[in-house]
Amino acid sequence: MTAIVVNEINIKSLRQQETKERLVMIGLTIPYLLIVILLIIVPIGWLFGTSFVDQDGSFTFKHYVRLVESKAYYRIFITTFEISIFTTLICILIGYPLTYFISQLPRRFANLCMIAVLIPFWTSLLVRTYAWLVLLQRKGLLNNFGIELGLLSEPLPLMHNMTGTLIGMVHIMLPFLILPLYANMRAIDTDYLKAASSMGANQLRAFWTIFFPLSVPGLLAGSLIVFVICLGFYVTPAVLGGGKVIMVSMKIQSNIELFFSWGAASALGVVLLVMTIAILYIASKFVSLDQMSSRG
Amino acid sequence: MVSHSEIKEQALRISIQGVTKTYGDFFALNNVSLDIEAGEFLTLLGPSGSGKTTLLMVLAGFIRPNQGQVFFGSEDIVLKPPHLRGVGMVFQNYALFPHMSVEQNVAYPLKLRRKTKDEISQGVQEALDTVKLAGLGNRKIGQLSGGQRQRVALARAIVFKPKVLLMDEPLSALDKKLREEMQIELRRLHDNLAITTVYVTHDQKEALTMSDRIAVINHGILNQLGLPQEIYSNPTNAFIADFIGESTLLPVEVRDSTPRFGESIISVNHDVGSDGSYVLVVRPEKLLLVTDESTAPNRFPCTVEESIFQGESQLLIVRLDTMKSGDKEPYRLNVRIANTSANSAVIPQVGDSICVALEKVDSFIVKQE
Repeated sequence: MTAIVVNEINIKSLRQQETKERLVMIGLTIPYLLIVILLIIVPIGWLFGTSFVDQDGSFTFKHYVRLVESKAYYRIFITTFEISIFTTLICILIGYPLTYFISQLPRRFANLCMIAVLIPFWTSLLVRTYAWLVLLQRKGLLNNFGIELGLLSEPLPLMHNMTGTLIGMVHIMLPFLILPLYANMRAIDTDYLKAASSMGANQLRAFWTIFFPLSVPGLLAGSLIVFVICLGFYVTPAVLGGGKVIMVSMKIQSNIELFFSWGAASALGVVLLVMTIAILYIASKFVSLDQMSSRG
Repeated sequence: MVSHSEIKEQALRISIQGVTKTYGDFFALNNVSLDIEAGEFLTLLGPSGSGKTTLLMVLAGFIRPNQGQVFFGSEDIVLKPPHLRGVGMVFQNYALFPHMSVEQNVAYPLKLRRKTKDEISQGVQEALDTVKLAGLGNRKIGQLSGGQRQRVALARAIVFKPKVLLMDEPLSALDKKLREEMQIELRRLHDNLAITTVYVTHDQKEALTMSDRIAVINHGILNQLGLPQEIYSNPTNAFIADFIGESTLLPVEVRDSTPRFGESIISVNHDVGSDGSYVLVVRPEKLLLVTDESTAPNRFPCTVEESIFQGESQLLIVRLDTMKSGDKEPYRLNVRIANTSANSAVIPQVGDSICVALEKVDSFIVKQE
């Protein structure tokens, strides 16, 4: 009989211990929850609320209605997507071969190359953008050089247009493609390529049938990061586009600074956010999002 | 059954001549010469870092030696790139393409050879049948067990009917039971296919089980080449004696062409070379329990220190009563006695004084290194 009593006490104290541990875990999570609520949920809710408020404080759908009806807004969204898509494509064209090259180097040299990729990445965005301004302007370094060498008869329009914006954006975005892609390529076992060649594949064949398909997840992850960041990018297109290339983020800024319309700006912000989330959601069906963060 | 002449026709003879590979000052391979007969199963055996894998990679074409020639048949292939050598290879980690199904993996070499669809599907079926994986063709690589992966790797290596099959420790990732099954199966497969096979392992038992001949490699040097029985019974140096099988090495002195352990003379089964320091190689299963009056040669009076039950056998660790002058530690020997019912009465207890003997035919000495 005593054995059973001991057992019951034992079950009770084990259960108490489990409850206690669960409470401790919840307690430890609270600061994090507070940060998420205060810094993410509340501001986004506010943004959402503001987008339905008219200048005089009354409830209205007019900001959204204008987004749908106005040709200008339509144009801005198209420009935003155009720039994001082109930037991503150019980043892939430059970044994939470069990353492949780095990934095939011995560790020591590869690390040096990655530092060369990372240093500009760590340099202030503004500094890099203005550096491009110096290089690309009408009497900038590139144009002067070209004319002096006799390659150009007159300065090329390299900024205040799409070209300038793309040059700057690609430069800023490239590391976002290279980093996850590099991690992916490094993880591809060289034995796969040896196996392919033992079975009769030459190097080109082995690359296209084995290496490239295995690197696609890294490429997709990198491209997605670049594309999503491009959608909301502000500084570089603002400086290098010179007001002629207008993206959503710049329209948000002008809505606030020029027209004092927090409602219109918020509505744009909400639409951009929803689009981004939708793109990430669709992409997550094809790309493991883990690859973008932890391993990327 | 494949007759000997048929094997000669299908399979390739491999001849390795004076192959040296250095990395800086380090000799990964030091002037290795080795002939592998057509259709033979040859194992490169050695501890890790011995150069056995380097030699395999030289055959596959992934490592180019600094010096030496490699002949497949009569053709020197040392400059031929790997994809033109036509060797089947099984990698240690299998290197199965994770983005392809089992079928696609096995079809890969056939696709490269521009076979027709029918030929490919027939070839894949045959190869999967051979390795007993029929019906798993649509599986993803990630869904397979270790043993199944091993079989896919094998199917992929033999599907294009290569003349040479190279295997780099293919069973090392499997658990013991499966490994032992696969050893027998691989050997049977080799006998059916009659491919010249070079197999790399560090597992001496695996090498003894599977091979026609074994090449023992250490420090980049080919130490001994011979039948498994030869390598086991007549190792040519102390390293091989120690590396192959369980053994205890007892130091012996050779004076006037007579080996002695302490003062007692040791009779050995071979001619003794020059005088000097040697070791007597004692295999635990060769030691016999004898009575004191026994006339057997090479008797060692000793005391049982430990008696360990190991299932099919009992392992005794015994301390020799004889100590040579200047020895700090007494010598110990391992004695293995089969756990048969007939033996159960004679197995001594810990602390018993017994006498063990080594028959002359089982006694051999090698130079101390």
